[in-house]
Amino acid sequence: MHIKYESFVREPLVNGDKTYHQVTEDIIGPIEKKPGRMWYIGFFFSVALLCFGIFSVTWAVYWGLGTWGVNRTIGWGWDITNFVWWVGIGHAGTLISAILLLFRQGWRTGVNRAAEAMTIFAVMCAGQFPIFHMGRVWDGFFVLPYPNTRGPLWPNFNSPLLWDVFAISTYFTVSLLFWYSGLIPDFATIRDRAKTKFRKLAYGVASFGWTGSVKNWQRHEALALVLAGLSTPLVLSVHTIVSFDFATSVIPGWHTTIFPPYFVAGAIFSGFAMVNTLLVISRKILHLEDYITIGHLEAMNKVIVLTGSIVGVAYLTELFIAWYSGAYGEQQAFKWRIMGPYWWSYWAMMTCNVVSPQLFWVKKLRRNIPFTFIMSIVVNIGMWFERFVIIVTSLYRDWIPGSWAYYSPTWPEVGFYLGTFGLFFTCYFLFAKYFPIVAVAEIKFVLKTSGDNYKRGMETIEAQSEEDFIHEVETHHAHA
Amino acid sequence: MAIKKFAVACYDDEEVLFPALKTVRHSGYKLHDIYTPFAVHGLDEAMGLKGTDLHIAGFIFGLCGTSTALGFISWILTSDWPLNFGGKPHFSLPAWIPITFELTVLFSAVGMVLTWCYLNQVMPGVKKHVFHPRQSDDYFVMAVELNDQTSEQEVVDFLKTTGAKETSVQIAEDSWWYGRFDKEEAYQKL
Repeated sequence: MHIKYESFVREPLVNGDKTYHQVTEDIIGPIEKKPGRMWYIGFFFSVALLCFGIFSVTWAVYWGLGTWGVNRTIGWGWDITNFVWWVGIGHAGTLISAILLLFRQGWRTGVNRAAEAMTIFAVMCAGQFPIFHMGRVWDGFFVLPYPNTRGPLWPNFNSPLLWDVFAISTYFTVSLLFWYSGLIPDFATIRDRAKTKFRKLAYGVASFGWTGSVKNWQRHEALALVLAGLSTPLVLSVHTIVSFDFATSVIPGWHTTIFPPYFVAGAIFSGFAMVNTLLVISRKILHLEDYITIGHLEAMNKVIVLTGSIVGVAYLTELFIAWYSGAYGEQQAFKWRIMGPYWWSYWAMMTCNVVSPQLFWVKKLRRNIPFTFIMSIVVNIGMWFERFVIIVTSLYRDWIPGSWAYYSPTWPEVGFYLGTFGLFFTCYFLFAKYFPIVAVAEIKFVLKTSGDNYKRGMETIEAQSEEDFIHEVETHHAHA
Repeated sequence: MAIKKFAVACYDDEEVLFPALKTVRHSGYKLHDIYTPFAVHGLDEAMGLKGTDLHIAGFIFGLCGTSTALGFISWILTSDWPLNFGGKPHFSLPAWIPITFELTVLFSAVGMVLTWCYLNQVMPGVKKHVFHPRQSDDYFVMAVELNDQTSEQEVVDFLKTTGAKETSVQIAEDSWWYGRFDKEEAYQKL
């Protein structure tokens, strides 16, 4: 008798008649083939964007930040907006791999690899903005606490901006370790079935000589669990600390205690949207519809509607507190957000983040792939506007009316932003070509409980009466 | 760290593997290791392996991170170069918590992964013998060590009765060495 049983209420996580070998074929197969035309077009386009980004950044570094549209009133413009936006996107991967591992959510196995990769690439993109925002980027290493000849003069450990340096670099390192330790067994799979010499050598190095010994697997599981336990508070801390960059200041619109949970919810919101954007395309092109099922997309859409609603409540709470506090500066800041010269950004944010995700309450729409794809982009547009609203529309009208200003970006700023898209997608295209984008070993682990064909095999058990089932289990245990 | 002779049995289902493992352990032959394509729960206990203490390493590394951060920041801001931030106390612990937390996580994660690599003996450039190329695909591969007292044929026949799909006898290094996976070692052809 089969001992593994999962309720029929749960959708299968792997569709079709899959064996362990078929799983390997389906996921590793595309790595061994030449990529299709779409891949080359996409990759070329990404590299072109990246080159334009490098040109824009070089321009800004060479001529100075005067080439950007930021001014003395609005010192943070598109750069910091984009930084927060990318960091936010980078929250989904570790949330899926860590928090959902602790919650024992089986569906994470289909999407965690790609989501973690996305996290790492997004954090790489995010990191560029504060670095080049420094202006004299060649002095960037001053943020590191190292014994220097200036005293030694140390960075200010009480500053949220320095906390951010530690938070982002720790987050990047830990996400990378988590991702790579999961990849090692899958690289071993590619290595062992490799036909070409070079692939054997390259994946042999990449797999660290992994053989799948039982003791190694035992430690692997322990490592994954503890890294998940460490990453869970880490994920929450990173965007909390990003929000401290704003919340610890005394600028109306920034100086609020709601920021940490509101930022974290927003980060998960945009991160899941980006995962959906990437996976809807990847599953189609790499023919992984059986592993990244509509059920997976629906689960992520559910997270999107939840976090979107949290963000909506946070927006309304901000408005209420601004009114209720009786603080004149605060009230004006929020009035101008809604009705000032930047009204369009506020309403774009409200529409994209609060109103449109509510459509996901309808099950038909949650399971509709084109709609999911469009919504995933709408959500990320909305989340970009959220950061723009928080940053620019808090700064542009400060305490002295004489210094009020307006801000719009110049081409090097826009080019910088486009360049990070180039970086992100260049990395993602390389990842999709050379790495297994679904965790092969983890899919095999859930296959017998959640695979479609194995679940169908449970129908006999399902038809049994409870007494018969219990009797059978008891005799089975007596024999074993 | 020695070249040995192994009888190798490949199973294609973990539900066959478990009873087979039980039989092999009862038989008294020396079980070398089992290689599986994914983490099979309960196999470590069935083999009689103890649990891992890796998380203790993680805890100790974490403590190192905490003390490094607190020690370093408090030394800098109270004795090496005290700065006056708006009259606030030099020893301002709450403001140090974020960095302390981040360094705790960083030390713990990095330390634990390095410990993991050390214990598992995995590293770029490290090579180990792969008994069957499908052990990372869909085979569960059991290697039994042979010596002067065991008859090769007897062990292979015995393994066949446990439900093995494929059996073989291989000469291999039982541990790791520096090597490349695109080159085969000479002794394997002995």
